[in-house]
Amino acid sequence: MRAPPKTFEEFRQVQAELERSGAAIFRDKDGFEALVIKSPYSIQYIHSYAEDTPFFLGLAEGKLQGSKCSGCGFVYATPRSHCMVCGEPTRWTELPRTGTVHSWTTCRFGSEAFLKETPYNLCLVEFEGAQSLLLARLKECTESEIYIGMPVEARFDPNPKYSITDVWFVPAGKRPPTSSPAPPRRSRSASRRAPPTPRNPRLRKPARAAGGTRRKGGARRADRSR
Amino acid sequence: MAPENTPPNSRAAAPTAPRSASRARRVYMVTGGVTKFAKAHPAMDFRLMVKRAYNQALTEVPNLTREMIDGTRVSYFSDHFSRQLKAASMVHDYLGMNPKGSVRIEWGGATGGECFQAAYEAVASGRMDVCLAAGYETMSRVATWKGNEFIALASDTNYDFPLGGFYTGYYALMVQRHIYEYLRRRKFAHISDEREAQRLATEEGSRVMSWVSVKNHLNALHNPYAQYPKRLSVEDVLNSDMISYPITREQICTMSDGAAVVVLCSEERARELTDKPILVKGVGCGTDTMRLADRPFGSVPLLPHEKAGDYADLAYPGVHSFRAGRAAGREAYRHAGIENPTRELDFVELHDAYASSEIQTYEDLGLCRYGEGYDYVLRGDPFLKQVDYPFDLPRAGAMPVNPSGGLIACGHPVGATGLMQAVFAFWQLQGTIAEHFGDATLQLDHPKRGAIHSHAGTGSAVTVSILERGFP
Ligand SMILES: [Zn+2]
Repeated sequence: MRAPPKTFEEFRQVQAELERSGAAIFRDKDGFEALVIKSPYSIQYIHSYAEDTPFFLGLAEGKLQGSKCSGCGFVYATPRSHCMVCGEPTRWTELPRTGTVHSWTTCRFGSEAFLKETPYNLCLVEFEGAQSLLLARLKECTESEIYIGMPVEARFDPNPKYSITDVWFVPAGKRPPTSSPAPPRRSRSASRRAPPTPRNPRLRKPARAAGGTRRKGGARRADRSR
Repeated sequence: MAPENTPPNSRAAAPTAPRSASRARRVYMVTGGVTKFAKAHPAMDFRLMVKRAYNQALTEVPNLTREMIDGTRVSYFSDHFSRQLKAASMVHDYLGMNPKGSVRIEWGGATGGECFQAAYEAVASGRMDVCLAAGYETMSRVATWKGNEFIALASDTNYDFPLGGFYTGYYALMVQRHIYEYLRRRKFAHISDEREAQRLATEEGSRVMSWVSVKNHLNALHNPYAQYPKRLSVEDVLNSDMISYPITREQICTMSDGAAVVVLCSEERARELTDKPILVKGVGCGTDTMRLADRPFGSVPLLPHEKAGDYADLAYPGVHSFRAGRAAGREAYRHAGIENPTRELDFVELHDAYASSEIQTYEDLGLCRYGEGYDYVLRGDPFLKQVDYPFDLPRAGAMPVNPSGGLIACGHPVGATGLMQAVFAFWQLQGTIAEHFGDATLQLDHPKRGAIHSHAGTGSAVTVSILERGFP
């Protein structure tokens, strides 16, 4: 016979007791008692990258790929195999290694899976010639150094895990920490001081100014919906 | 909506004609119920929580019986939190509704708002005369950081989640860009040192977000259903834990256990059941890409009271604004025949999962222009006249936003949240806040029309519903 579980009036105490013995009684303000147990819940999920596979295989080769619409020419920095503007299939296109920070944050807390990695920086990266962004980790810099418009460049994991974390960004011109410090590249350090010029005008202006390709895409879409 | 600048704007500029209203039946809300939202309700499972809210709703309208209810729409967000699939069926079952029709509604953070609109559609279409919308969430069943992981699974698991999937991080990315667009490039445009200008802009943005947090927590002091009513100073908010820069703990809603129900019905039934029915005057829903990275850079879909020239240089929505919120507002306003929400709404209960998204949402809903959200707070428009805030607010009471305390102070049991807003708005419009809260402070002076707003992950879906007093 098992002794009855211990009774608590604070949920926090219930949680602690579950860690100890796996069962507890919670008594609420009205005197109602509930038996609470700990119940494990974990799975290994079989995740297929399916049509996104070339992107992740590319990362393992140090290659950063977006996708370009075969219909309207829209370039996605985060690839999609079909265009959201016109619905046509896209083809793979290599992105520049360098871009600029469109927005950023430093996460000091995170989901359970990532708590041990905190603090970490996230950034959305703009690329010359692409009309959408890429979300990535931003490393080798601290909160006080990062700003919107900061030039960044891609780094790749030499031991790829076939995850989006196989690519990350660092401040452009930064040498890998192991090698001897090189003199800063003049053009880069100059651009850090200057206000971020719109490197990619398509991300800064209304579609009106973005050139013919998108308007053409829109027209195609309108035709289809009729 | 396409990222191009032509068709949506030209349509918006035209006179607004109710699009769906002509063929739809008029739908009224006749009652609602809500449990107190709490960190944990371990003594009630999801069925009992909903049953308590349901009992409250039925008690308040003595003529309404279970037999009169034609069917249900039941909402909860996450099967992970329930660890019980078909949990909505079990709610329907527990309430004794079998064999009537039912369906489960799930749409991320907007689950409750979608459930409300699903029940609206059941009645508007003529399929039901009386429909029960019931929602709940039991988020206490996992540890807080595990809960955050479950929520973050509502982001792209190829490209977003593995980077540190964390919703506060996503909202921080969005508000950083919002601050850049509207504070750095305007208020701090004269500063040439880029880092310094951005630091100052973020400092200012954080200060204004803290005002929103102070407002909502203070309002909730008069709402006995709220999970975290408290008196905070701006410093308390700014000095609470930094979660994702620049968003602090007190600028974020918490996880909750709770349930809420709403009963919607036809005009004929409404007249039989209550002398204080509330008309569902308009409904709207909008969507956007799941990935922030995919949001287009087009132009602003205008509301009737806006001009294209207001936003000549704005790349929209990018990650700084919620196009889904704008689309939902446009549809709901058009349906309700609203030309200018600042004049034709008396209050708004909106989805402030983050203080930042409350400010962004003012702009989406056209309560102020894009870019004016921060000044809108500082001028006082979204504050209540009758609550004593530690600020000088020349325009307090102009447009009370989250008079109930919002998600930040009431809690956010996802599947119940959008229905909770409907219940609070319903009591506001009925003029029954005093009897429900045991405190008349939050009752507005004869409000005629209010909006409720429910919002899913990073603005990937938003609903707006307009409620209007349906009695003299
Ligand atoms: Zn295309």
